[in-house]
Amino acid sequence: MIATFLKPALVLALLAGTAVAAPAQAQSAVEGQKLAFDRGKGNCLTCHVIKGGELPGTIGPELTGLKAKYSRDELIAIVTDETKRNPQTVMPPFGRNRILSEKEINAVVDFLQTL
Amino acid sequence: MTARFAIRAAIATLTLGVLACTPARAADSIDPAADKAAFQKFFTNKFPKLKLEDFVNGPYSMNEDLHKQWEEKEQFPPYEFSLEAGKEMFSTPFKNGKTYADCFPNKGIGIRQNYPYFDEKEGKVVTLELALNRCREANGEAPFSYVKDDMAALTAYMAFTSRGKPMDIKIPNDPRALQAYQKGKEYFYTRRGQLNFSCATCHIQSPGERIRAEVLAPALGILNAMPIYRSEWSGMGTTSRRFTTCNSQIRGVPLNPQDDEYRDLEYYLSYVSNGLPISGPGARP
Repeated sequence: MIATFLKPALVLALLAGTAVAAPAQAQSAVEGQKLAFDRGKGNCLTCHVIKGGELPGTIGPELTGLKAKYSRDELIAIVTDETKRNPQTVMPPFGRNRILSEKEINAVVDFLQTL
Repeated sequence: MTARFAIRAAIATLTLGVLACTPARAADSIDPAADKAAFQKFFTNKFPKLKLEDFVNGPYSMNEDLHKQWEEKEQFPPYEFSLEAGKEMFSTPFKNGKTYADCFPNKGIGIRQNYPYFDEKEGKVVTLELALNRCREANGEAPFSYVKDDMAALTAYMAFTSRGKPMDIKIPNDPRALQAYQKGKEYFYTRRGQLNFSCATCHIQSPGERIRAEVLAPALGILNAMPIYRSEWSGMGTTSRRFTTCNSQIRGVPLNPQDDEYRDLEYYLSYVSNGLPISGPGARP
């Protein structure tokens, strides 16, 4: 009896959670795009072709279809410190060298997952 | 008893052998001639269409469109004003009546390709910019800023009189010279700054690639074109300016112009471009 009463409440709560999370993530992805295009911050565009970005660089691979290629954790790890996976990489260690905060890295990854 | 002695003797020999070998091996590993050959081969393999002497044109050597831009630029070179100023400065006597010509071999004409050199008396690398300021100070004149204007004008003129001469940096048989070369090489390949870039990250790993709209120059021959007029700087810049601004751009702390590290770096980078012609003064986007 108690269980059947709790179940719909739980479902409702979860639904409410996702309803709140989805716009928040979209908002974060917008922030992430700003960071990715900002010369002083993420500046991803300096090396990568990114949809919506003008005058991209050519050093890194085009950032597209990333959701299919990498898990969220992998993307966070790459942005945080790609030298761990590939010591020869040109990519700056955005997390390790505090170029971006944890929150900013999350926003950038939210954006990357939309590409 | 004999066996134990034999083992001890063997260990002693081995230890001696290692001790004797280590310094010898360390010295052997500094091989500028082999470095230079490998360095130049790396670039000619990466850009098989380019001739060795083309590399001195930096980003303009990297594709045809840019090369056309360069040819057009050379019709009315943006460094001309500086070059003229340098020529005049060079021939104008100091207050004591002497001139720059008195400080240099061959009166300073056609000698750019021999700088930097290792000064065995001082035990350090001496660059052309350093030699120019020392010349001024020896004649009672105040030194110039190392990064632009007057220093760029003087080095522009000295490079111009040496155009086409192959870079000819010597490393004398002096352990301090080898050490300076090695330190310069280490500086070149060491990552630094918040962006974690070495000189090699951009100029060995990525020449010809674009960062936004800018094309990265190859390290080979990069100093042969100094000093340069850069549109990005809206003016002239010396080798010192190139080194310090590179360090700032990677969000590192630049050293002072002509600090030992930069002198060693210039020594290394010039040596591995030996044989390529002097093309300075240059123009860059």
